[in-house]
Amino acid sequence: MTDQQFEGDPIQDLLPSGAVLSTRLADGEWHRLHPATPLLKGGIVFIALAGYFISQARQQLIDLFFGAPHAHDDGDPLIFLTAHGRLPIALLIIAGVLVLIVVMFYLSWRVHTFRITDEVVEVRSGLLRRSLRKGRLDRIQGINIVRPFFARLFGAARLEIDVAGHDANVRLDYLSSAKADGLRLDILRLASGTRQREAAQAAPDQRGFVEQRVAEFIAPELDPNLVPPESVVKVHVGRLIGSIFLHDTTFTLLVLIALAAVASTLTGTLVFVIYFLVPLVLGLGGFLFRRFTKSLRYSIASTPDGVRVGFGLLTLSNETLPPGRIHSVQVRQPILWRLPGWWEIRINRASKSNAKGADAQRNTTILPVGNLDDVLRVLGLLLPAVSPGSVEVLRNGIVGSGADGGFTNSPRRAAVIRWFSFRRNGFAEVPGVVLLRKGAVWRELTLIPEARAQSIGITQGPLYRALRLARIHVHTVNGPVRAELGALDKDVALGFFETASLQVVSAVGTDATHRWGAEGLTA
Amino acid sequence: MTNRLNLPGIEWRRVSPKYVWVDLSSSAVGALILLAASCLPAVISGFAAWWSLPIAVFVIVVLVLAFIPRRVRAIGFQLRDDDLLFRRGLLFQRFVSVPYGRMQLIDITRGPVSRIVGLSDLHFVTAAASSSVAIPGLPVAIAEELRDQLVALAETRRAGL
Repeated sequence: MTDQQFEGDPIQDLLPSGAVLSTRLADGEWHRLHPATPLLKGGIVFIALAGYFISQARQQLIDLFFGAPHAHDDGDPLIFLTAHGRLPIALLIIAGVLVLIVVMFYLSWRVHTFRITDEVVEVRSGLLRRSLRKGRLDRIQGINIVRPFFARLFGAARLEIDVAGHDANVRLDYLSSAKADGLRLDILRLASGTRQREAAQAAPDQRGFVEQRVAEFIAPELDPNLVPPESVVKVHVGRLIGSIFLHDTTFTLLVLIALAAVASTLTGTLVFVIYFLVPLVLGLGGFLFRRFTKSLRYSIASTPDGVRVGFGLLTLSNETLPPGRIHSVQVRQPILWRLPGWWEIRINRASKSNAKGADAQRNTTILPVGNLDDVLRVLGLLLPAVSPGSVEVLRNGIVGSGADGGFTNSPRRAAVIRWFSFRRNGFAEVPGVVLLRKGAVWRELTLIPEARAQSIGITQGPLYRALRLARIHVHTVNGPVRAELGALDKDVALGFFETASLQVVSAVGTDATHRWGAEGLTA
Repeated sequence: MTNRLNLPGIEWRRVSPKYVWVDLSSSAVGALILLAASCLPAVISGFAAWWSLPIAVFVIVVLVLAFIPRRVRAIGFQLRDDDLLFRRGLLFQRFVSVPYGRMQLIDITRGPVSRIVGLSDLHFVTAAASSSVAIPGLPVAIAEELRDQLVALAETRRAGL
């Protein structure tokens, strides 16, 4: 089950189980997916239905084979069929449908193939309605490997290649779990433009199927041999639970519960509880629970081919973001996290997954919770362009205020509209990155790599005009992070507009991160 | 007005004055619908006091329409060496600078009224929806010339996302 059989591939057949060169799948030829794919994609539902049907019909089957005299025709179609001697025909029809479905699944698996060339990754599928999906390697925004619980039982994994654009992802589901990591490495190597391809070779795995599965199940989510331990940032469970209890959403929830309780006792009815509180608790509670489960065993690590983010307890997921795919970064602190000194990091990226539910959080929340040291380390991983000498600027951007560290702040008159934060509200620039700092109560710092900024804007409304202020914008791809900063002196803002647009032009001209492995470049 | 935003030393290219009619016609349609809707409370309830609502709406609408020529004159753009500058807005001013290499595509659209007066709108689309550089009211020939020029410039400065 573990080693896929690819027809017309004699070398593959000669290799012992598991001893496959990781480069085999990325050789520009068409390959098939894991044989268990149809089962994992929909067959499980089918088997469950069949099992249910058989258990329901058990009594009738026993009666059929051992000759039961008492069949009551009480409207049950099975009993009706048995009584009238038409059961063999019905069984034949069911068997025929079953065979047809199995053949269809098999054929659709046969025609579902993929290939990876130097330029593109292509997936073609479909029996009656053919479809071909192509993704250009230089537009890859990230490669995600998901191992759902059921797929792990079969040793299969889903590889999702995020390409820039809305729902433009190329999915390879399912692949052999052992090969998925190697294939990702190969795709990233091809995309990076590395001249000589160092073929990573997987060690031959001679263990049996069950032993392999067990070994994979108890293995840590992140292979310790994969990355140097000092480049790994982890989220501890205690901190994760604490962060969820101190989250703004939890706080809102508690306040609303208290309000509803007061209202109920005052009015003496439970109408508030039923119509207002129950749906709210379900919604917000669900959000918090998803946040928790999606952040278990969370780790961020630096690899030569980008930042690796992994998490999951039963369903494992890990994603590699190649260099230069992060369009903006935001460090922020919900108000209740100030006491323990925790922060959250979110990013904007060019691809959007259509995967449901809390995957949206996975896509954009890169650090669910961490202290200041974690934040600085993760920023170092996300923005390798920021030199170690700029750490003080970053620290000032996160917790500081005033003009320390080269920040240009709002003028005093901006206190009219920035009551507490006018001293903190400001921007700074370190080579290659623009920093926007704001908020004294809800503190946040937005960082935009200049090479990723799409355009620079400046706006002014009537209120700002009266105060001689302006607002600056750095436009990036859509996402949870909005890079803008209001309440700046009008002339300062115009100066920022002029210099930043020049900086962006030069950064765009010299940027080569889309071929991060090409010669003469160490991204 | 020294508080206004302005970039010194920029010779702005302006859009066609005929665009005033396009903007007026589309704004007038919206204004008529708004006026009709504001009459409803008075008609339904029969209270004379409600007629103050459509009167207030009418005054605002007339003011907005009266400023349209000024607003159209406030639209400007300029092709600098490495980026496209764009400005619009009178009460709410907005300036954008887009490097040519950021172009994803250029879209030229023509509405029915624009077609009558021979104008078209040019959208410079980047990967960021918030860039939204839309230069309205360009004569057809100039819009197409500008499109070719921008595409050629973007070709020489191609960049990733």
